Amino acid sequence: MDTTNLSNVTNAELEAADRIGKEAGVRFDDCYQCGKCSAGCPMAHAMDYVPRQVIRLLQLGIVDEALNAKSPWICAHCMVCSARCPQGVDITATMLSVRREAKRRGLRPDKEADIFDDIFIGNVRSFGKSNEAILAAKYNLLSGHLMQDMLNAPKMAARGMIGPKIHSVKDKEAVKKLVDKALSKGGEQK
Amino acid sequence: MSRVGVFVCHCGSNIAGTVDVEHVAEEAAKLPNVAYATTNKYMCSDPGQQAVREAIIEHNLDRIVIASCSPRMHEATFRKMLAGTDINPYMLEIANVREQCSWVHKDKDVGTPKAIDLVKMAVAKVNYDAPLTTTTIPVNKRALIIGGGIAGMQAALDIADAGYPVTIVEKESSLGGRMVMLDKTFPTMDCSACICTPKMTDVGAHPNITIKTLAEVESVGGYIGNFEVTVREKAKYVDYDTCTGCSLCETKCPSKVDSEFDQGLAKRRAIYRPFAQAVPAKPTIDAKNCRKLIDGKCGVCEKVCPVGSIKFDDEDKVTTEVYGAIIVAIGYQLIDWTKIYGEYGGGRFKDVISGLQFERLVNASGPTEGHILRPSDNTEPKTVVIVKCVGSRDPEKAKSYCSRACCMYAAKHAHQYLDKVKDARCYIFYMDIRTPGKGYDEFYMNTQHDGARYIRGRVSKIINQNGKLICKGEDTLLGSQVTVEADMVVLETAMVPADEANQIGSMLGITRDKDLWLSEAHPKLRPVETNSGGIYLAGTCQGPKDIPDSVAQASAAAMKVAILFSKDELESNAMIANSNKNLCNGCGACVAICPYGAITLEEITARENSVMVTREISKVNPGLCQGCGACTVACRPGAMDLRGFTDEQIMREVAALCQW
Repeated sequence: MDTTNLSNVTNAELEAADRIGKEAGVRFDDCYQCGKCSAGCPMAHAMDYVPRQVIRLLQLGIVDEALNAKSPWICAHCMVCSARCPQGVDITATMLSVRREAKRRGLRPDKEADIFDDIFIGNVRSFGKSNEAILAAKYNLLSGHLMQDMLNAPKMAARGMIGPKIHSVKDKEAVKKLVDKALSKGGEQK
Repeated sequence: MSRVGVFVCHCGSNIAGTVDVEHVAEEAAKLPNVAYATTNKYMCSDPGQQAVREAIIEHNLDRIVIASCSPRMHEATFRKMLAGTDINPYMLEIANVREQCSWVHKDKDVGTPKAIDLVKMAVAKVNYDAPLTTTTIPVNKRALIIGGGIAGMQAALDIADAGYPVTIVEKESSLGGRMVMLDKTFPTMDCSACICTPKMTDVGAHPNITIKTLAEVESVGGYIGNFEVTVREKAKYVDYDTCTGCSLCETKCPSKVDSEFDQGLAKRRAIYRPFAQAVPAKPTIDAKNCRKLIDGKCGVCEKVCPVGSIKFDDEDKVTTEVYGAIIVAIGYQLIDWTKIYGEYGGGRFKDVISGLQFERLVNASGPTEGHILRPSDNTEPKTVVIVKCVGSRDPEKAKSYCSRACCMYAAKHAHQYLDKVKDARCYIFYMDIRTPGKGYDEFYMNTQHDGARYIRGRVSKIINQNGKLICKGEDTLLGSQVTVEADMVVLETAMVPADEANQIGSMLGITRDKDLWLSEAHPKLRPVETNSGGIYLAGTCQGPKDIPDSVAQASAAAMKVAILFSKDELESNAMIANSNKNLCNGCGACVAICPYGAITLEEITARENSVMVTREISKVNPGLCQGCGACTVACRPGAMDLRGFTDEQIMREVAALCQW
């Protein structure tokens, strides 16, 4: 990251950071940057900014950098960070909140994660549960990684994890309603 | 021939577990002059002491050795026991076979021979013990307090309330010290003046307290209970007996100079009170800036004074009085950052100010009446940068220590600024946040909630560009360089000892640390005492601290004085240095090395080799000598000896260890 002139941070950016926090139910100034979130994060190794740094960017109002960070998309939402935070900062909710704001602005810092998530939700909406074969096929097509994980297919087929039959839950419609309701909320409220 | 009794203690299993005590007693019985040796389960207990007393009579003992715990633990116990017998309490040696033997060894094969050696040494030494006596020193129940800041005032009030007369010597023209300059106090945000000035009034009105302002201690002689102190009260040029404090003179004086109280942010006159609530509430003339005193022209104050109190011929008043105890409360000052930190402008940028200047800016009775306006153009700063650890934790440029109060007052400054200036931004550059104290960390978190943005990293440079102060730093949490274009920068500078610390320390025999803070006798167990009896420390002269800690220490020091004053007489230390006038050649090495100023050279006339000779010899003041023994080591002719630890005794111990 280049030198940041904090005086160039606009009030609009500070307000945007505030909004992201409100959406997540978080006050970023609660965070005293101890790093316990990042220390326990199972995905930190793959992130460009560890969770603590994402909060730091938002504290200072460096919103664009936060919205362009890959970390919120890499986050596995395991919630270990939120569970362990001594100040009760819900970091997981923050990660989601950042993602939603990025999406609203048409940003996709991690294209694959976005594609995967959309397919996954669509999958659940259609069948009431995830269908691995359809998920994998759609993802490989849309992401352009046509041959990704193809070698796993025989093993998964042998274990019955993928196959010609499409499994569904009993009440697909109920799950669909559930997903639609969640999507209609658009993340505007927690 | 002496008759020595040796008593070896089991201390339950503490000693007996690793030392064969019976064997030690058997071996001791074989030593020369030992008339009797025995053991006891607990020598310090009542039955143990009784057994010793009985053995003294039965075996006609004239001195004893107790092989037990450290003398620090029970030497006093056994001395007291001997006081009830025919033996002088100083005819006693303790062989420390617990802390220095049984506790540090694991088995009897090692512990027992070592215990025997220790007993041998004690027996060798006790043979040369001589009866010692103590004398009593009268206590003058009057206390002197040097410094009239919050610590000095608190100590004065406590001692005065206990019923003893107190004199405060204050170098400025008013009490109050630093605290009265502050605007508010963390973490409760009490108005500093509102809690400090009533104390000043109480001190001023207390029947037991005498205040000497514009005064300094010139010399101190004597010892605990009997300090002879000379104080110089500088000329005030105003007769305090007649002055009514109407302050008409202050309004008419034509000479204007920078106000020290307002940290140079406002002007004062040459005849002035540093601030409106000053105690005593009377003005003094600053001779360096008074036109009348400089070249004889003016004298307006004299003309307007309705009661004729101006005395241009006033002179310094020097008095010498006797005090029983002294509390040093000379406080601190802020480091002069302008000489050290060129990268922060070195004082060239008007809007880079110190924390104390900020206190005056934000104070309702300060130069801006509490409006935060930057000094260069009197506009309201919209972005303020606060830099912590300026001079602290910087051994290369200034001080290695943490100044302890800055984290909290930096948070206070940010809170006050964000409270007074709307739509403002405040960035605090810090290295660590240190907020130990009741409600302190909560205060810091609240400041963060107020909108203060804490940036972890030191500011590397401040550039003055088009009226903006560009602060360059690194956000080490972000791992990126950051800059802030500030309108005003507040430097939270290090606390350093007062200018007088070294001089007062050497005058009173108080050791100073590498930074010239006055040293307490023990960092944990004797935090307000000094190594000189009857001299105590209160407040920041001992090291950086905040107001609650200063007040607590002041009350503790006052209590120590009250304890001292609760006695009419003190028992002097029996084990003090003693000079053999026949051996002393008057070289004065002992005088120079004595940390307590207890030794002086004295002229004597005596017959030597059939001729009358007049020469100098050293003399030890028994009230001042603390028995440290430094002089005995420095003495080349071997004239100086420490009673109870004579050279002869030490050499006998060494011989016992090496020869027998």
